[in-house]
Amino acid sequence: MEGKRMNGTLRQILLMTDGHSNYGEDPVAIARLAQEYDVTVNVIGITDENRENEKGLQEVEAIALAGGGVSEIVFARQLAKTVQMVTRKAMTQTLHGVVNQELKQILGQNDEMEDLPPEKRGQVMEVVDDLGEKVLLEVLVLIDTSASMTNKLPMVQEALLDLSISLNSRSGDTKFSLYSFPGKRNPIERLLDWTPKLQSLTATFTKLSTAGMTPTGPALQAALQVFEERRGKRRLEDDENEQRQGRFGF
Amino acid sequence: MRMNSAKGDLDFELYPGLAFRGKWNRKPYKLIRKLGAGVTGYVYLAEGETGSVALKIGTEPMSITAEANVLKQFSKVQGKPLGPCLFDVDDFLSANSVLPFYAMEYIEGENFVDFLRGKGPEWLPVLALQLLSALSALHQQGWVFGDLKPENVIVTRRSAEVRLLDVGGTTRVGRAIKEYTEYYDRGYWEQGTRKAEPTYDLFAAAMMVVDCAYPRQVKKERGNTASQLKKLVYQAPLLKPYREIVYKALMGGYGSAEAMKNDFLASVKQTEERSRVKRKQQRKARKQKGAPIDLILVMSFVLILFVLYLLIQSF
Repeated sequence: MEGKRMNGTLRQILLMTDGHSNYGEDPVAIARLAQEYDVTVNVIGITDENRENEKGLQEVEAIALAGGGVSEIVFARQLAKTVQMVTRKAMTQTLHGVVNQELKQILGQNDEMEDLPPEKRGQVMEVVDDLGEKVLLEVLVLIDTSASMTNKLPMVQEALLDLSISLNSRSGDTKFSLYSFPGKRNPIERLLDWTPKLQSLTATFTKLSTAGMTPTGPALQAALQVFEERRGKRRLEDDENEQRQGRFGF
Repeated sequence: MRMNSAKGDLDFELYPGLAFRGKWNRKPYKLIRKLGAGVTGYVYLAEGETGSVALKIGTEPMSITAEANVLKQFSKVQGKPLGPCLFDVDDFLSANSVLPFYAMEYIEGENFVDFLRGKGPEWLPVLALQLLSALSALHQQGWVFGDLKPENVIVTRRSAEVRLLDVGGTTRVGRAIKEYTEYYDRGYWEQGTRKAEPTYDLFAAAMMVVDCAYPRQVKKERGNTASQLKKLVYQAPLLKPYREIVYKALMGGYGSAEAMKNDFLASVKQTEERSRVKRKQQRKARKQKGAPIDLILVMSFVLILFVLYLLIQSF
């Protein structure tokens, strides 16, 4: 976990795929790069009932590890619950990292939460919990739409609606955007611009092209670009005092 | 997910007979047997300083700490204990890793639905009322249980008392529920958000009551889930006296556990009244018919005596 100071926003890429990349840059490298941008990469590998493509999913864990996120391999029918859990876990993990950084500031370089007596740990945990409830969360959902995903897309849609229910139950704001890859001309295709609620995505999912390539690396790269543009825009829009607020204070 | 390898660590590190002392508080424990596995770790029956305890032991200090936090809050609730009492929070230092754990009261019993399935229908309201009282106390303290399901509600063997176990999903009112089980989650059934509020728990409580009436859980069908739930409630003979209440809870109609409990009580009283009237009528009917059974009993008794008398006479 890279201990980065953060400015009150958690950024996550949620990658859903059923195979491994076969085109462009190594997605593991790009995921590692994402951490430099303060973006966490979570990966959900979707496997078939007959476990045929399990080999193709070996990359899943590697991408998430490099991206400071959480990974999980599931059957399509268990998608809903898993997507929710992975997103939550990654949030806690990131916040935990941030709080650990803060602790190091207070207690000295070698102290982490695990080194505190259980009594004190409880208090720290309350803080992590509190942040997780209130922090602004930006989730970019990146869906692999290669041919083999076609029959899984209804479950993906259900899972995303479920995720939307969960995250919108928090007190803090959540913004979603939805991209598919590979796009027609670009590495990724925008299906949904930043929005607080994922309503029914039926319309967006009919637009999907199903090609054979799986350019996971380039897709992640393009997703990082989306976050960067958003941040640039925000800097222009935000007035100064927002900027001065900066990161979390204890 | 790294969870799996973490579970592997636990399997490797923990075994019945293992004895250790906590790193911070130095209390001794000896593992006896595994009681169950949760999302965040294992629960072991263990021998502590003062007798049997249940030991929840995991790999992630964060989640173990969060649970211990909630249990600590539980013990502050006045009056009846809602869940297990918390005794100790500590770390177990093994040769390879640090495993956080907490020790709590060991509660022996059966889960809510299993208990009811082996018993008569008169038990359903008895336990449902207790559950609603416990939830009511919890809500008044500003908590929502969250992951309410039969496995997490235990009926004690000795006193048929309802206690809540596994506080992994317990959340402060107004926040978002983090842990839940789909079948008992109103979000899954499209009946509302996952915001922690009393109505969230009452939906799950109502689902548990529905569970008691069916041998196994039903599958959610696509389409109108509300009407599917209604059918479930209204088709079960066991639920007949309470079906309006259960359905209302599923639809989020009860703002508080107290309100649902009062309706339940009222319907229990009504049922009692009805069965009393029935019994009276039966007695009346019997009187009119005369009492042939009693008569036959008396006659045969006299006959036996007479036969015995004859036998004794003949010796």
